[in-house]
Amino acid sequence: MFDFYFEIPLVIRLFLQGLAVIMVIFPIAGACSMAERKVAAWIQDRPGPNRAVVPWVAWIPFLGTFLQRLGIFHVMADGGKMLFKEDSLPGHVNKFYFVLAPIVAMIPALTTVVVVPFGAYLDAAGKIIPVGLAPLDVGILAVFAVSSLGVYSMILAGWASNSKYPFLGSVRASAQLISYELSMALSVLPVFLWVNAPGMEATMGFGRVVEFQSQPGFLGGMWFGFLMPLSAFIFFVALFAETNRQPFDTVESESDLVGSFHTEYGAFKWGLFFVAEYSHMIVGSGVFMLLFGGGWNPLPWVPLADLVGWLAQITPLASHPLFVGVLSISIFLGKVLAMIFLFMWVRWTLPRFRYDQVMKIGWQRLLPLSIANLLFYAIAIAFIQK
Amino acid sequence: MAVITVERKPLTFLERTYLPQIAGGLKTTLKHLVAPKKTLEYPEQRPAIPTGYRGVPTLVMDPNGREKCVSCQLCEFVCPPKAIRITPGEIPADQPDRAHVEKGPKAFDIDMLRCIYCGLCQEVCPEEAIFLQNQFSMSGYSREEMVNHKDRLYELGGTLPDAHFKWDKKKAAEEHGNAH
Amino acid sequence: MIATAKPDLVTVNIDGKEIAVPKGTNVIEAARLVNVDVPHYCYHPKLTIVGNCRMCLIEMGMPAVDPATKAPIMDPATGKQKINWIPRPQIGCGTNVSPGLHVRTTTPMVKDAREGVMEFLLINHPLDCPICDQAGECKLQEQATGYGRGYSRFIEDKNVKPKRTQLGPRVTLDDERCILCSRCIRFSKEIAKDDVLGFVDRGSYSTLTCFPGKKLENNYSLNTVDICPVGALTSTDFRFKMRVWFLKQTNAIDTESSVGANTVVWSREGTIYRITPRRNDEVNDTWMADSGRVLFKAVQAPDRLSAVKINGTDSAFDIAINAAAELFKANAGAVAVVGSGRSTVEEQFLTKQLATALKASTHLVSRVGEGDKLLVSADRNPNVRGALVTGLISTLPGVKLVDLGAQIDAGKVKVVVTVGEDLAAAGLNAGQLAKISLIVLGTHAKSMDGGAKVVIPTLTAFEKSGTFVNQQFRIQKFLKAVPPMAGATDDLIVLAKLVGAAGGATIPTEVNALWKTIAAAVPALATTTFANLPETGQLLDATPFSALPFVEGETLHYKPAQPVVAAANA
Ligand code: SF4
Ligand code: SF4
Ligand code: SF4
Ligand code: FES
Repeated sequence: MFDFYFEIPLVIRLFLQGLAVIMVIFPIAGACSMAERKVAAWIQDRPGPNRAVVPWVAWIPFLGTFLQRLGIFHVMADGGKMLFKEDSLPGHVNKFYFVLAPIVAMIPALTTVVVVPFGAYLDAAGKIIPVGLAPLDVGILAVFAVSSLGVYSMILAGWASNSKYPFLGSVRASAQLISYELSMALSVLPVFLWVNAPGMEATMGFGRVVEFQSQPGFLGGMWFGFLMPLSAFIFFVALFAETNRQPFDTVESESDLVGSFHTEYGAFKWGLFFVAEYSHMIVGSGVFMLLFGGGWNPLPWVPLADLVGWLAQITPLASHPLFVGVLSISIFLGKVLAMIFLFMWVRWTLPRFRYDQVMKIGWQRLLPLSIANLLFYAIAIAFIQK
Repeated sequence: MAVITVERKPLTFLERTYLPQIAGGLKTTLKHLVAPKKTLEYPEQRPAIPTGYRGVPTLVMDPNGREKCVSCQLCEFVCPPKAIRITPGEIPADQPDRAHVEKGPKAFDIDMLRCIYCGLCQEVCPEEAIFLQNQFSMSGYSREEMVNHKDRLYELGGTLPDAHFKWDKKKAAEEHGNAH
Repeated sequence: MIATAKPDLVTVNIDGKEIAVPKGTNVIEAARLVNVDVPHYCYHPKLTIVGNCRMCLIEMGMPAVDPATKAPIMDPATGKQKINWIPRPQIGCGTNVSPGLHVRTTTPMVKDAREGVMEFLLINHPLDCPICDQAGECKLQEQATGYGRGYSRFIEDKNVKPKRTQLGPRVTLDDERCILCSRCIRFSKEIAKDDVLGFVDRGSYSTLTCFPGKKLENNYSLNTVDICPVGALTSTDFRFKMRVWFLKQTNAIDTESSVGANTVVWSREGTIYRITPRRNDEVNDTWMADSGRVLFKAVQAPDRLSAVKINGTDSAFDIAINAAAELFKANAGAVAVVGSGRSTVEEQFLTKQLATALKASTHLVSRVGEGDKLLVSADRNPNVRGALVTGLISTLPGVKLVDLGAQIDAGKVKVVVTVGEDLAAAGLNAGQLAKISLIVLGTHAKSMDGGAKVVIPTLTAFEKSGTFVNQQFRIQKFLKAVPPMAGATDDLIVLAKLVGAAGGATIPTEVNALWKTIAAAVPALATTTFANLPETGQLLDATPFSALPFVEGETLHYKPAQPVVAAANA
C-alpha cells in the first residue's frame, strides 16, 4: 500500500526523513518550553499561561477553550515574537562569533538526532529493523562526540559577548561539561560490554542494545535499567549536568550570572539557544531510553514483536510495517516525553547546586562511582559470557 | 552579646547522597502538581475586599447627596507625596442648601501616579469627606488620565452614611436663633 | 501706643530671671525680652491697652517692706527679701513695670486662669476651623493647643451671629468667630482715624458691627484683618484662596510710595496670594495701606510683556541687544536715557553706567500724588532718593519730561532708552515720540510700545531682589518672591548688556556681586553690602541733598526737613 515510498530514490527519501525530524524536533522543543511553564505553574498551584488565543479557534466550543487554557497559543505567540522582534546586536561584541554561536549550538543538537533510532518495524521475515536516519554502527560514540561539541557554542557565545557574566558562564559550562562527560561515558560502557558478547559482530549502535532488551526470558526481557541500575543512575545524573538542567544549571544561574552566556542575546538568536537546549534534552532522553529503558518496547518483558503479534490477531493490518513503525515511534516518543517531564519536575523541585558542589559531585563522587561500576560489570560480564 | 554556638547535626550517609531529600521534594511537588489551583484569575475573578481596605482615595457625599468636603486643604497638607491639589472656592450665598457651609472645593485633583495609598487624607479629614474605598485598580494611557478630578472622585466615592450631619445641625441652630 | 522708652531702666524679675527694662514697658513686653511668652489677644504693641480679654493673666508681687520703717523684710528661709504676692492674678498687658516687680507665669494659678479664659472664649466659638481662613495663624488655635480642654463642657446651644457680613469693600466679618478683643475698633479709631466700628448688644450676645450708615472702607481697613487674632475679620480678596501654611513668606518693600513700608509677600509655587505688613518701628510700625496689597496682581496681569520685540515683531534677546548697539553707534551723542524712580538702586546704578557709556543725558519721571499723612506719601516713586544717591540724577525730576521734549524737538536726541517708564504718559507728545527711536525696557504693555524699535520685557519687583531708598534716606532690601515670568529678563542683565552694547565695561549682574561694584563707585554706599543690609534698613547720609525741595509731607515716622512748598513742582 505504501510501498511506493520505498521506491523513491534513497537520497530524496533521506532528505524527506531529515526534514521530518526537523519538523518534529522544532515544535517539540517549542512545546517543551510551554510545557516547562505549565509544569512550573502547576507545581506552584497556578494555572499557568492560559490567555492567548486565536479568535477563530476560540469560537470552537470546548476544544477552543481547552486549547486556550492549555496555553498552546502562547507558544505560537512566543515563537512569532522571537522571529519578528528586533534582533539587536550589541556594539561591544565580536560580531562574527557572536552570530556564529547560536548556529553552532543548533548543529550538534540536530546532528545527534541522526544516529538515534526512534522506532522499528518488522520486515517480511519478522525481524525488527530500527527506524533511524542513519543507523550508524558507532551510534553512542557519535552521540557523545557530536553532542559535546555543543559546549563550543557556549564558549563562543560567552567569549564573543565581550562582557563578564557571559564569559564566567561559558567557563563554567566548559568545566561542567568536561567533568560529567567522563562519568557519562564510563557509565554506558557496561551496556556495550554486555551487548557485544563474544562471537558477535562488534557494534556501538543502539539497535543491538534494544534488541538485547527484547529477548525472551526473565533476563532477556529485562531492561538494562534494572540490570544495571547504577549505570542508569550515573547516566541519568550526568545527563542533567550535560544538559545544564536544574539542579546543575550553574551555567545559567541567573541569580549570580544574570543570563550567563546568553546575557547579551535576544530575539531569534536567543531562541536558538533554547531550541538547542531542548533538543539536547530530547536526544539525551532518547539515548537514555534506548540504553536503559527498553527503547521502543512497550513494557519490560513485553517486546514490541509480542505486542504486534497480539494486535495482529485482532486485525491483520497491525503487522503492516507502517503501522508497526508508527506504533513503535509513538511508544518511544511517549517514553521520551515522560523523561522530559521528569526533567521539568526535578527542575521545579530542586534548588541549584553551588558551583563547587557541582564540581565535587562530578569529580569526587560520580567519577569514582562510575569507575567502580565499570570494573564490577566488566568482571561480572567476563565471567558470565566466558 | 554572648555568642551561642549551635551544634550542627552531622549528616547521615543517606542524607549526604541527597537522594532521600530529593525524593521527598519530588513527592511534595507532585502533590502540588495535582492539587487544585489557588490562583485567582484576576479580571474575571476578584478578591473579596476586607473592611478597612485602603483603595483609591475618593470623595464621598452625605446621605442627602451633598458634597461634604469644605476644601480645608488639610489632606493636601498631610499627603506625604503631595498627590492632592485643591483649589478652594466660595459657595455662593444664594445656594439654598449649602450656603451656610460657605466653602467648598472648586477643583480637587488626586494624582494617582503620586498617591501611595497611605490613608492619611482620610485620617486627617475633619469633615469625613475623603475615604479610601474598595477600588484598587487604576490604569490609564497617559499621565493626565491618572489624575482623578473632582467629578471622577465623587463618581468613585458615592454616598456613605453620616453620623453627624454637622452642617444640618448648624443650619437648624441658625434658623432657631439665640435663646433670648 | 507704647510710651517711648526713656533711658531710665527698671529692674524686674520674671520667672526668676532679672532684667532691666525701660520704665513704662508693660509686663508682656518685658517678659518677651527674657523669652517668656505671655499669651494675649487684646493687647497689641501699637494700640492702646484695654485689658478686656483677660488672657494675659499673671501672678505678680512686690518686695515686702515694713510699712512703718520702709526697711526690707527678709525671708528667714532663703535669706532674701520677702515677696508679697498678690493673691489674685493680674493682667500683664495693663501692668507697667515698677522697680523690684516680681512676675510668675508658670504657677498653677496662672495656668488655671489661662485655661479658664480659654474655656469661656471657646464656649460660643464655632467649629469653623476647616473653613476658616485664619486657621494656621489663629491665636485662638495656638493657645487652645496649650490651654484648651480638648472637649466642651458646654451643653447649651451656642450663640448664633451673622456670618457673612461685608464691613466694607475689602473686609468680610464673621461675627460668630469674634472674641470681642476690640483691636479692630481701636485701630480704626487710633491709627486710621476713621471711627466706624463698635460693639452692639451685651454679654455673650455682643456683636461687632459698623456704625449705622458707615462702612469700613478707608485705605487701611485690611490692617484690621491682620490684627484680628481670630478669623472674624477676613480679607475679601484673600478669602478662601489658599491656606496660609502653604504660603512661602518673602520680605519685601511696598512700592506704591516713598514711604517704603516693609511687607511680606506670601506665595505658593510661583503664585502670589497676598501681601501683609512687616513690623518696622522706624518706618511703618505694623501697618500698610490697602492699596499696596493688591500690587502683586500686576505679576500675572494679562498685559504683561513676555516677548522681545523688534519693530513690533517677536525676536530674541541677543538680536535685540545687537539692534540696540547699532542704534547707539548710528546715533552716537544723540541718545537720552530715561531712568525710573521705580527701579531699584542697583538698576539705577546700571542706568547711570549706561548713560555714562553713551554720554547721554539722564531723566527721571516724577509721580506726585497726595500724601495721606500715614503710610502713603506724596512722592509715588519708591526710589527717587536712590537715583540721587547713585548719581543718576542730581536734581529732583521735573514734571512731564519737559527738558527731554525740548531736546527732541531741537533734534539733539534721536534715541531714547526708557527703563520701565511710559514716555507718552510722562509727557512726550506723539510728534516727539515719532521723531525718536525708542528702546523700551518694561514689564507691561504701554501705548507707546507700538512705535518702539526694541522692546525687552523685564521683571516686576516681586520677581527680583534689590534695594530702595525711602523718604528717610533709609536703604531697605527686598527679595525675590516668585520666579520670573517666562520670556522676561532681569532688568540688571538687560541693563548690563546694554552697557556692553554701548561700549562700557562688563558689570556683574548678580545682586551680591554687583554691590561690590556699587560700593566701589558710590561713596555714600561704600560700606554697604546687600547681604548684610539689616531687615529694618540702614539710614544713609541725607545732608548732601538737604537743599532739595522734596515733595513729601509728614507721614507716620517722617517729618519733612523743611516745610513743603505745595506748588513747587505742580
Ligand atoms: S477632603 Fe476633607 S481634609 Fe480634604 S479638603 Fe476636603 S474637608 Fe478638607
Ligand atoms: S492616600 Fe496618602 S498619598 Fe494618597 S492622596 Fe491620601 S494622603 Fe495622599
Ligand atoms: S473682629 Fe477680631 S479684632 Fe475685632 S473685636 Fe472681634 S476678634 Fe477682636
Ligand atoms: S491682653 Fe491683657 S487683657 Fe487682653
